[in-house]
Amino acid sequence: MTSRVGVVVFPGTNCEHDVVAALGSLGAAAELVWHGADSLAGLDAVVLPGGFAHGDYLRPGALARFSPVMEAVARFAAEGGPVVGICNGFQVLTEAGLLPGALQKNAGLRFLCTTVTIRVETSRSVLTSGVAPGTELRIPINHFEGNYTCDEDTLARLRDEDRIVFRYVENPNGSVDGIAGVSNEGGNVVGLMPHPERASAAILGSTDGIVLLRALLASAGLRSGSGPAALAG
Amino acid sequence: MRFDVLVEVKLRPGIADPQGATVERALPALGFAGIDTVRVGKAIRFAVEAADEEGARTQAVEVTDRLLSNPVIEEAEITVGPAR
Repeated sequence: MTSRVGVVVFPGTNCEHDVVAALGSLGAAAELVWHGADSLAGLDAVVLPGGFAHGDYLRPGALARFSPVMEAVARFAAEGGPVVGICNGFQVLTEAGLLPGALQKNAGLRFLCTTVTIRVETSRSVLTSGVAPGTELRIPINHFEGNYTCDEDTLARLRDEDRIVFRYVENPNGSVDGIAGVSNEGGNVVGLMPHPERASAAILGSTDGIVLLRALLASAGLRSGSGPAALAG
Repeated sequence: MRFDVLVEVKLRPGIADPQGATVERALPALGFAGIDTVRVGKAIRFAVEAADEEGARTQAVEVTDRLLSNPVIEEAEITVGPAR
């Protein structure tokens, strides 16, 4: 069975078609889900893509958090469903309280649009399962507010619970501990500032994002009943 | 009754403020000396209909906690007064 992945579109989202195309090229059935939807029934995974949801007014993600779809995303996440927030999607997940911390303006106040090297720190997440820790990936970033911030207790917990999913090899934006992506306790909700969908074809300059998208589809496959876990069960 | 509310949202102490730092660095170039600890925040004003000032404040606090500020990095100061 083909995995069905919902790609959430808020007013102002602008990376949804890139994500749909990248997942589609890997064999998934990816579809757009409007932010007014109140159900994610039938989906095996959900992606919150990049952009400027609700214009980023007030703070990035502050208004998107109250879109009807976010209650459905919270329920989906609570049931163990794979949820990935990319860039603005990461900001939305922190504002919604599905991931800890917050994303502040970049140190140095520069909008950053460049390709960076990130290091996979754990395979205990839906985006990195099967990817060896220490793997370095070249993935584009494109953000003004990607400076990950959290208090010391939260940082200690993230480290202890193996929830720092990615670190920048060279910190571009001032993020605490070089953090580029984190997960929730279960590892099924992941947020990251880099855009794996923009590193998913040779013509884009890097294919390093594919390993992450494949890991997500593998997690989605387990949920859709086509994977080994379902067979074993 | 109608009340005016002013919510001043600022970054928590200890949270780096790249905007404030940039403004501060620009000041000497403009000839201003002796100015430091510049912090940039935002001010949000609205009017609220409530039975009394306490009721207006309660609503303002709830709006601020749920939407206007992010407690992870920000804190807020709320001023409530009779509508002008």
